[in-house]
Amino acid sequence: MFKNFVVLILFIGFFGLSACTKNESRSKQQVRIDGSSTVYPITEAMAEEFSKANKVINVTVGVSGTGGGFKKFLANEIDINDASRTIKSSEVKIAQEKGIQYLELPVAYDGISIVVHPDSFLTEIKVSELKKIWESDAVSTWKDVNPNWPDRKIKLYGPGTDSGTFDYFKEVIVGKKASFRSNYTKSEDDNMLVKGVAGDKDAMGFFGYAYYESNKSKLRALAVAKNDNSPAIAPDPATIQNGSYSPLSRPVFIYVNKNSTKKAWVNEFVKFYLNLSMDKAAGIIKQVGYIPLNDNEYKNLLSKYSAFMEAGL
Amino acid sequence: MSKTNDSLTGVINLGNLDSKPSIDAKRKAKRKMYDKLFYRFCQGTIFFALVTLVVLVVHILMSGLSWISLDFFTNFTSRFAERAGIKAAIFGSLWVLFLTASFAIPLGVSAAIFLEEYAPKKLWVQWVQINIGNLAGMPSIVYGLVGLAVFVRYFNFERSLLAGSLTLTLLILPIIIISSQEAIKAVPLSLREAAYALGANKWQVVFLQVLPAALPGILTGVILSISRAIGETAPLIVIGALSFVAFTPTNIWDEFTVLPIQIYNWASKPQAEFHELAAAAIIILLVLLFAMNFLAIYLRQKYQRYKL
Repeated sequence: MFKNFVVLILFIGFFGLSACTKNESRSKQQVRIDGSSTVYPITEAMAEEFSKANKVINVTVGVSGTGGGFKKFLANEIDINDASRTIKSSEVKIAQEKGIQYLELPVAYDGISIVVHPDSFLTEIKVSELKKIWESDAVSTWKDVNPNWPDRKIKLYGPGTDSGTFDYFKEVIVGKKASFRSNYTKSEDDNMLVKGVAGDKDAMGFFGYAYYESNKSKLRALAVAKNDNSPAIAPDPATIQNGSYSPLSRPVFIYVNKNSTKKAWVNEFVKFYLNLSMDKAAGIIKQVGYIPLNDNEYKNLLSKYSAFMEAGL
Repeated sequence: MSKTNDSLTGVINLGNLDSKPSIDAKRKAKRKMYDKLFYRFCQGTIFFALVTLVVLVVHILMSGLSWISLDFFTNFTSRFAERAGIKAAIFGSLWVLFLTASFAIPLGVSAAIFLEEYAPKKLWVQWVQINIGNLAGMPSIVYGLVGLAVFVRYFNFERSLLAGSLTLTLLILPIIIISSQEAIKAVPLSLREAAYALGANKWQVVFLQVLPAALPGILTGVILSISRAIGETAPLIVIGALSFVAFTPTNIWDEFTVLPIQIYNWASKPQAEFHELAAAAIIILLVLLFAMNFLAIYLRQKYQRYKL
C-alpha cells in the first residue's frame, strides 16, 4: 500500500514537470482585461457576449481597481484597462517613458449617488454642504453643517481611498488637492456601505448608481444642487446621461493599448464592445445598472477608434 | 484492600473536618464552585462556537440551496444570475488543488525527512527551523506579493495556473513541513532500533519503517494544508487571478479563476440574486472542504498500522 502511494506521488510529480514543458499555448488568442470594479460589470457583460460569439478567443477580466489596473496596463501585462477615472499625470508619464500609446474610450455614465436612510430628514443637498461634511473631521453633527438641521451625529460611509469613485468624488466636491476627512467608515465592498446606510437614520454615504438602483427600497438618493441657488437634481438615467445631475455624473472608461489593438482579436473585441454598448435592443449597459452614452457620442467613439487604429499602423 | 483504606482515611478526614468545619467546608465549596464555573465556561465556549457555525451554515443553505442545479456546474459566470455558473471556478480550483499538491507534497515531505533524519544538529539547521516556523505564521497576502514579484513578473509566468499554484505552494509548504516533522518525530525510537538491529541501513529505515509509520500524520497535515490552499483568495487576487473566465484551463499556462474569487466577486455585486448565488458557491466550497477533511480522517484510520 505504501509503495503504491510513493509511486502515485512520483507520478504526480512527473506529470507536473511534463506539463511545464507545454509552452506553445502562450501565443494563444486572448484579450486580457483588468481594472476597476466599477466598470467590471459592463466589461464582464461584453466579454460574456463576445465569448459566446467567438469561442476561440479567450477573454479574461480581473478586478484590481483602477490604479492596480493601470500598473498592469503600463507594464504591458494587459490589453485593456477598466478605469472609473481618467489616467493620472503620473501614469501618463510612465506611459511616455515606456512608449506605450493608448486610447481612452468612455463607454457609459455612472452617477455617484449620495444616499441616506429612507426616514432621513434630508431629501436634497447642496454641493457646498457636501464639501463641508467631507472636507474635514471637524463636522460631527448635522447641526455643524447647517444650523437648521438636527443636533445628531452624522455617520458617514464611503469607498476607500484606492477607489476611482473616491478620487472622482473628492475632486469634484472638495477639490483635487484639498484634504479629505479621514473619520468615516470605509469599505471597498459597496454592499457594506449599502448595509451601513440602510441601517442608520443619521447615516450618509456615496457610491455608484448601480448600487443605489438595486437597493432603492432601502435607501434614498439625495437630489444635489450644484450651486447654492441652483435647483437640486435627483440622479436618474435621464439626468445622469444629459449631465444635469452635476457634478456627480461621470463617464467610466476603458483604456486600450495601441500595441494590443494590432492583434486582430483585440481589435475585434474593442469594436464589438463599442457596437454592443450602443445597441439599444440589447440594452446591456442598462441591464448592468449603468447609463449608456447617447448615440452620437458612441458614433464619435467609433470614428475616434478607427482614426486611432489607422494612425501609424 | 485499597477500598477499605480509602474509606478509613475518609473517616479520619471526617474527624478532622469536624474539628474545624467552617474553614474547610468553605474552601471545599469554593473549589467546587470554581470547578463547576470552569466546566460551564468551557461548555459555553463550545456552545457558542457551534451555534455560530450552525447559524452560518443554515443561513447559507437557506439562501443558496435553491440555486444549485446541474446548470450551476455547467455554466460559466454571467451577468444574469439565472445563467451564471461555476464551471470555470470549479475547474480552476481543481487544477490549483492538483498542481499545488504535486509541488508541495514532495517538497514538503522531503524537507521534513531531511530536517528530522539527516540534518546535523548545527546552528544553521536551527536557524532554518525557526524560519520555517515564522513562515507558517505569515499573512497569506505576503505570499501573494512574493508570487507576483517572483513567479508572475520575474519568471514571466504571467497570470497562469502555474504562477498561482506555485504561490499557494509557498504558502502551505511551511505547514506541511512542520506537520510532517511532528509525525516523523512521533515514530517510536524502538522501531528504528529494531530495524537497525536487523541490519537495515539508514535509507531502508527511513523509507520502509519511519515513513510508513508517520504516513497517517503526514497525510492529515498535508490534506488540511491543501484545504487551506483552496480556500485562499487574497494571494491569488494579488497575483492577478481573474474574475471573469469563460473557458476551462487546458494546461498550466492558462489563466484561471477559483471558487473563492468567484464567491467574492458575486458577493460584491449590487444585485441580491448574486448574493444568493455566492451562497450557493460557498456550499460547493464547503462540501469540497468537508470531503477533504473526511479523506484525511479516512486515510489516517486506514494507514494507522502502528498505534503510537
